[in-house]
Amino acid sequence: MTGVKSWLSYLQAGPMIVVFALFFLLPIGLVVVVSFFDYQTYDILIPDFTWQNYEDVFTASVTYRTYLITLKFCLIVWLLTLLLGFTIAYFLAFHVRTTIWQVVLFLLCTIPFWTSIVIRMISWIPLLGRHGLVNQALQAMGLVDEPQEWLLYSEFAVIVGYVHLYTLFMIVPIFNSMMRIDRHLLEAASDSGASGWQTLWFVIVPLCKPGIAIGSIFVIAMVMGDFVTVNVLGGGQIASIGKAIATELSYLQFPPAAANAMVLLGVVVLLIMLLMRFADVRKEL
Amino acid sequence: MRSEPRPRSFYVLAAIFALFVLFLYGPMSTVVILAFQGRDGGLTFPMNGVSLHWFTDLFQPQPIGDIWGAFDRSIRLGLMVMGLTVVIAFLAGLAFRRRFRGSSALFYIAIASIIMPSVVVSLGIGSLFELLGVERNWWSSALGAHLTWTLPFGLLIMFAVFNRFNPSYEEAARDLGATGWQGIRFVVLPIVAPSLIGVALFGFTLSYDEIARTSQSVGALNTLPLELQAMQTNITTPIIYALGAYTTALSLLVIGISLGLVAIFRWRQRRHGSDAGRGLV
Repeated sequence: MTGVKSWLSYLQAGPMIVVFALFFLLPIGLVVVVSFFDYQTYDILIPDFTWQNYEDVFTASVTYRTYLITLKFCLIVWLLTLLLGFTIAYFLAFHVRTTIWQVVLFLLCTIPFWTSIVIRMISWIPLLGRHGLVNQALQAMGLVDEPQEWLLYSEFAVIVGYVHLYTLFMIVPIFNSMMRIDRHLLEAASDSGASGWQTLWFVIVPLCKPGIAIGSIFVIAMVMGDFVTVNVLGGGQIASIGKAIATELSYLQFPPAAANAMVLLGVVVLLIMLLMRFADVRKEL
Repeated sequence: MRSEPRPRSFYVLAAIFALFVLFLYGPMSTVVILAFQGRDGGLTFPMNGVSLHWFTDLFQPQPIGDIWGAFDRSIRLGLMVMGLTVVIAFLAGLAFRRRFRGSSALFYIAIASIIMPSVVVSLGIGSLFELLGVERNWWSSALGAHLTWTLPFGLLIMFAVFNRFNPSYEEAARDLGATGWQGIRFVVLPIVAPSLIGVALFGFTLSYDEIARTSQSVGALNTLPLELQAMQTNITTPIIYALGAYTTALSLLVIGISLGLVAIFRWRQRRHGSDAGRGLV
């Protein structure tokens, strides 16, 4: 009987196994292999075993600068989305009293995410641009004399874009964690004399750790690998690791791009492992 | 029960929430407003009259790019990804109800597939097709790239669904003589149908909006997000806003229809509280 059942399980999971094997495991394995390949202008993949690509990555000073910028983005965006996401989730979970309102307000947050991601990035241009609304407003109020150039095509614009795109990925898992908290615990805390802040810090935050970790993993993975936002809102001036890889790929330099990708993957895995030390994510799934 | 006065923190948090909503909708609404820019209007305010000029212009042949070809491909690809995601995730969800050897490995691979930086997946699939000497296409390599992104989400939704699924319905069907197939077709499927619409919606929107994993796997013909990204650097007229407003309206319509379908399903389930016996031909 069990024999028949496991046969059925494999039949049912089969299509998913095939897709992941063909389009995920095999390609990722290939990136590892290709990172040791050689390349020339007319022959973009020459089978070889050379550490040259890695050497190039680690000896170029631009690598360290790019990682520094990317990690800076990552840290700032993580802090902002965490703070904002936690606050919004807290409001929805503990201050909105009826389920129907929770659903309505939650949907209100998700509707903008149904428009194209590129459009959502472009939509900052009429606001932050040289002749954009923010500059017009600042000038009208007499706060500045001339249009501010740092608003668009700058690190500032990229960070605004990230926070705009990714805060929801923090809200959802943290909200999910909060909804699982037994409300009696909050009563118990308050009955034992805890102030509002103490309840928040010693009861709610620890219980939200898995949600915070999941949201953080999402945000960190997306910011570390991004090249689209940096392209659109950074306006060619700003570098990021994802963009460096994308640029190499546009010149068909697959092996160095692969070496870069492996280093990026290593950094992302390290960051995620660091996060996992703080919370057991598996409990939440 | 509602008489308890709201604490002061409520108003502070409500204000933060309102600002966040403004932050989310502000940029989007400027794009929608500027899409109605007059014939001589530019990419920023002020409005130079109000017109539908840029919407009509959108449907004329374009000097650069191939908006409608890309749009068409994105819709088709989205529908293909949607169908495959629903079927594959549903089947895998059924499999995961029992433990099988390698089930946790498959689960971790699915999670890794979401977390993996998209540019790495894209590069891998690009290299795979390059090495095999197979031409990359939106319906082959890009389809696979999209599935690595949509399937994990589909699987997670199926987990949530089957965690709440009461197995006694299926056991009852089996006790009454239903075959395994009949149990799934007439008992499981109708119960989880609304969630499958959710999976479909997720699959379509994730695919329709995907850009990073598509970039190296799409081949010669772009999908809409890639086309938009390329256009964005060249286009200097509000036509791009008109396109943004148009596609946004379209996705809201699709989502409205899907939510409507879910509501109809729920309503029918409530009305025909029992469709017992319908499985017996």
